[in-house]
Amino acid sequence: MLELDGVRAGYDSTPILRNVDLSVEEGEIVGVMGKNGVGKTTLVKTVMGLVEPDQGTVRFDGRDVTDTPPHERARSGMGYIPQGREIFPDLTVEQNLRMGESINEDSSDLLYEDVFDYFPILDERRDQNGGTMSGGQQQMLAIARALVANPDLLLLDEPSEGIQPSIVAQISEDMRAINEDLGTTILFVEQNLSVIRDMADRCYAMERGTIVDELGATDLEDEATIASYLAV
Amino acid sequence: MAVGLDLLVQFFPNFASIVLAATGLAIIFGIMGIINLAHGEFIMVGAFSTSLAYNGGIPFLPIDALPGLGRLIGAMLFAALVTALFGLLVERTIISGAIPNWIAERTVGHPVITPLYDRLLDSMVATWGLSLIMVQTFRNVFGNSLSGVPIPFGKLSYGNSSIGLYQVLLAGVAALVLVGLYLLFVRTDYGMRARATIQNESMAQSLGVNTERTYMATFALGSGLAGLTGALYAPLLSIEPGLGAAFLVDAFVAVVVGGSSVVVGTLLSGGLLGIVDTLFSNVYGTFAGRIALLIVAIVLIRFIPEGLSSLVERLRERRLEVD
Repeated sequence: MLELDGVRAGYDSTPILRNVDLSVEEGEIVGVMGKNGVGKTTLVKTVMGLVEPDQGTVRFDGRDVTDTPPHERARSGMGYIPQGREIFPDLTVEQNLRMGESINEDSSDLLYEDVFDYFPILDERRDQNGGTMSGGQQQMLAIARALVANPDLLLLDEPSEGIQPSIVAQISEDMRAINEDLGTTILFVEQNLSVIRDMADRCYAMERGTIVDELGATDLEDEATIASYLAV
Repeated sequence: MAVGLDLLVQFFPNFASIVLAATGLAIIFGIMGIINLAHGEFIMVGAFSTSLAYNGGIPFLPIDALPGLGRLIGAMLFAALVTALFGLLVERTIISGAIPNWIAERTVGHPVITPLYDRLLDSMVATWGLSLIMVQTFRNVFGNSLSGVPIPFGKLSYGNSSIGLYQVLLAGVAALVLVGLYLLFVRTDYGMRARATIQNESMAQSLGVNTERTYMATFALGSGLAGLTGALYAPLLSIEPGLGAAFLVDAFVAVVVGGSSVVVGTLLSGGLLGIVDTLFSNVYGTFAGRIALLIVAIVLIRFIPEGLSSLVERLRERRLEVD
């Protein structure tokens, strides 16, 4: 479904990603773990099209999207949940959700019912401005906004960042449920050990801008292995 | 009593001219971060198009058969449309650089223009240049003036004085424009996308919004409103290429005083500056009115640099906190 091949990317020609190869199959939940500053956010932004690679290719659903702008990638089925949520602060919860409706033009389904099942608080707060919600609620809104138009692939950038531990566990659980119920493929980047362990089917490890290892389901049961890639 | 009534009646045309002059500029500034110093010349395009259309200068336009007032309204709508299309052309060439870049990529192999979005000072220089070119081009093509357009509706008498009914009705049109813009920004998909784009452009793109398209529509809308303003004032002005300058000053002051929120800001600054202008122009003369307007603007910018609309937002936030 998603394939990165030899991707080199960065800002103002300073490469942050170097020779990144990565693939995600349909229906999988794939993690990318690594410490602060290894290039996780740049990786997600490159997949979304917000950062242009200067070498390599990005393929999505069998098409080369390396030069495709972000709004077209969204319309072809990518749902992006950025670091820090990036809720539109002066739009209501409902308007924030409606902004997600353009994702995945091939699917005409709007999943408001499912979304409100996962996150009932959003239904209660429809008319509240997005900027006035708590961090955890904003994270739910960001997930719901990316999910409402039934994307093929969800991209999550550090879903645990800035959120209370109790809600972090809840979000991991919700993401697994979404993957099982709706068949949505998920790629996430994280440095929180428990999120990686709870969410990922398999996980890449990243260091200094490149992929250095790949962990399967059995490796992920061993916390020490995960921790070795996250320890300072 | 008579003075009070006089001032009240005089307030309407002053309010109308400030609001109508400002809305187009405010929208383009608020959404795209561009200060269009050719705004006055866009208004001039609206006035010229109205005069040409009304006086039969445009062949095949189906308004010639209409009776007087219908023909005037037809000419005004035509003028707003022409100015919107002209704005679209300016957006594609000078503001976004899309057309020059398209040509450059096929000849020299790389783009040559960085879009002017959110580049306040650069956008002022570029559009000021455009305004100079427009004034001179219009002078060369159409000469120093075009034939006028009659003022409809006649006079409204009150007490011992009278005022053109048309000038008073313009305040109603200004109010309608503000209500229309409010509905556009709050109720429509375009409005929601435009607001989302202001708040977080890259996130809007990541959710499938073609922000380039939003900017095109916004610039065309702002230009169309400038054209409408020129059309509405065509009956009251001598139609000459320099007519935009006076509008630009009013519009600029109103936008700076009003702040970034288009509808609320324009309404408040139109109201406040309208009152100041009316008081000082009527009591001490037009010149004093202009001076008073600028002094009020300077004082407001000193104490409320974010503009009057920021006061409303602060009030709203305080109310939410109480809740």
